[in-house]
Amino acid sequence: MQSKTKELDPILEVNNLFASIENLPILKGVTISVNPGEIHAIMGRNGCGKSTLSKIIAGHPSYTITKGEIKFAGNDIQSLEPEERAQSGIFLGFQYPIEIPGVSNLEFLRVATNARRKFLNKEELDTFDFEDLVKEKLDLVKMDSAFLSRSINQGFSGGEKKRNEILQMALLEPKIAILDETDSGLDIDALRVVASGIKKISNEQTGIILITHYQRLLDEIQPDYVHVMSDGQIIKTGHSDLALELEKHGYEWTDSFIREQ
Amino acid sequence: MVSENLVKDVVSEPYKYGFVTDIETEKISKGLNEDTIRLISEKKEEPEYLLNFRLNAFRKWQKMEEPNWADLGYKKINYQDIIYYSAPKQKEKISSLDEVDPKLLETFDKLGIPLTEQKKLTNVAVDAVFDSVSIATTFRKELAEHGVIFCSISEAVKDHSNLIEKYLGSVVPANDNYFAALNSAVFSDGSFVYIPKGVKCPMDLSSYFRINSGDSGQFERTLIIAEESSSVSYLEGCTAPMFDTNTLHAAVVELIALDDASIKYSTVQNWYAGNEEGVGGIFNFVTKRGKCLGKRSKISWSQVETGSAITWKYPSCILLGEESVGEFYSVALTNNLQQADTGTKMIHIGPRTKSTIVSKGISAGNSINSYRGLVKMGSKASGSRNYSQCDSMLIGDQAAANTFPYIQSQQPNSEIEHEASTCRISEDQLFYLQSRGIEFEEAVSMMVSGFCRDVFNQLPMEFAAEADKLLALKLEGSVG
Repeated sequence: MQSKTKELDPILEVNNLFASIENLPILKGVTISVNPGEIHAIMGRNGCGKSTLSKIIAGHPSYTITKGEIKFAGNDIQSLEPEERAQSGIFLGFQYPIEIPGVSNLEFLRVATNARRKFLNKEELDTFDFEDLVKEKLDLVKMDSAFLSRSINQGFSGGEKKRNEILQMALLEPKIAILDETDSGLDIDALRVVASGIKKISNEQTGIILITHYQRLLDEIQPDYVHVMSDGQIIKTGHSDLALELEKHGYEWTDSFIREQ
Repeated sequence: MVSENLVKDVVSEPYKYGFVTDIETEKISKGLNEDTIRLISEKKEEPEYLLNFRLNAFRKWQKMEEPNWADLGYKKINYQDIIYYSAPKQKEKISSLDEVDPKLLETFDKLGIPLTEQKKLTNVAVDAVFDSVSIATTFRKELAEHGVIFCSISEAVKDHSNLIEKYLGSVVPANDNYFAALNSAVFSDGSFVYIPKGVKCPMDLSSYFRINSGDSGQFERTLIIAEESSSVSYLEGCTAPMFDTNTLHAAVVELIALDDASIKYSTVQNWYAGNEEGVGGIFNFVTKRGKCLGKRSKISWSQVETGSAITWKYPSCILLGEESVGEFYSVALTNNLQQADTGTKMIHIGPRTKSTIVSKGISAGNSINSYRGLVKMGSKASGSRNYSQCDSMLIGDQAAANTFPYIQSQQPNSEIEHEASTCRISEDQLFYLQSRGIEFEEAVSMMVSGFCRDVFNQLPMEFAAEADKLLALKLEGSVG
């Protein structure tokens, strides 16, 4: 599985990243490198910095990088606005997708898709062409087209919100997708739908980082690497068996790694 | 719909209608007394009843006090320091558009309101008002074929005196309020619309008001009469040059709808708002009121208020005829040091009357944006219903939003429903849109348009697009 990407340059490199919010340090030297086609899982307790890492990569303005770098396709992205990062192919699937009343989901998806297409020098889609495209993608996540006419995430159930995230991923065709607890709040059936959607969207060009607490998502999507994060650092990296052990022993078990360090 | 280039295609200058037309004008001297009023009336060759209407209003105005209940902060207006009549010098009688000063045509061209035969808008008839006078009205012949009268109110006084005498002041009496009384005394021009029985006006009618002089006030007067089973959609736009002094605009609009008639009145108000420090800008004190005189008649106000240093305006409906319907859809956006106090009055008098109020206030910068509305159920208004929804959106942490709903009911068998909400554009919402590749400013304008959607849906199509753009323009640089 890993051999296929060895010759490629990493799509995402995070090198010794330190970051804080309102002077409170959250990340304390994170290093991770993702090649195209690879699936990485990051696991760890609540508050260990997983979500922060994902938001920082996407460019959330509340966090300050104090040290280290983030490279996307070989270029430092620290000076890029969130929208520039997204246009160039970085995607963040939110843990809690926010509701935006009044803004139609369909219009939002179209504007976003066209922003990405513009970056790729592809022709922007008009309403009709876009509707054709989006209907095709809806099937991937088994979403009803009724969702398109609603406001962004407004009144969506937890599972519907997550599917909407994956729908966006399908439309934007990112180079790297960071999916922050996409499995949380999903029942088994919904989890399968979402997982199979992710698998169908990704290809050997796409890097994926799955942030999760649970093995059950990793049963559906086998990761190439599993990283365990604790207190703002990656304390252990292994393969999918690491996740199984984690499942068996719990996070207390990982505390011993810290002591080892 | 939010267009792709909403923010991008908007010019970087804050107000693009701020130019002044260099044209010779005929102005009377500053100041206001009975002689001023006689002079205005004389210039307009008015019949005696109208002079008396004006003088009567003036005498009442002198005894009235400028209202201060809206708690607006502004320097006291010196009413003797205003020019009450200012008109571009033109030939005595203009028989066709060719005789209109090209500079005036150019001005309206620049404002996107071409008037000449070759260029005029195809589906909208326009009455262009420049300072105190109406310059031109397009499509008059075509409208006349349907019996529709669309002309300046000065012409109507001459040609349709019976209608003026019957209806002028019948909805907004001369002593209604301080600014209406002032207008009744000194009004110079404005539009007149008459839709005969059974006629659906074949095109939208529109007035475009342009203030050009810095030291004259604009006091226009609009009167629209829709006879039985007729209907009309009327649009109004306003701009003014940038001056560092404040210019007073005190208009009166009266609408009358008879049995089964309907009037839709839409405004996009973009008077100069003053600069970022609050210097200059129009003081917009306007009285707009419609009377649903007939059974099942309907009056619908929609407004997008983005300009003016101060807006004080409450387009209202008097629901007299049984089963008549009143509507008010409003978006008011304030930025920098603008103040807006706007809303409506729905006066239910007839039985089974209905009214709907949807108000969206957006405050950015250091502005204050208030909704003030009255819903009144009279003793005979049984089975009447009102629904009000007043939402405020705050941008930044220095802006203020207020909602003042007044409810009076003398009729137990009536329903009044009021909903209100306040929201703030959150950083996380913006980040969500941005993280999907949507530019910051577009993200803001998407959310603002989304917030205003219920109202924009009520606007005629060209207007809705213009309104969307206007909001984006006004909000430029106000976030973050």
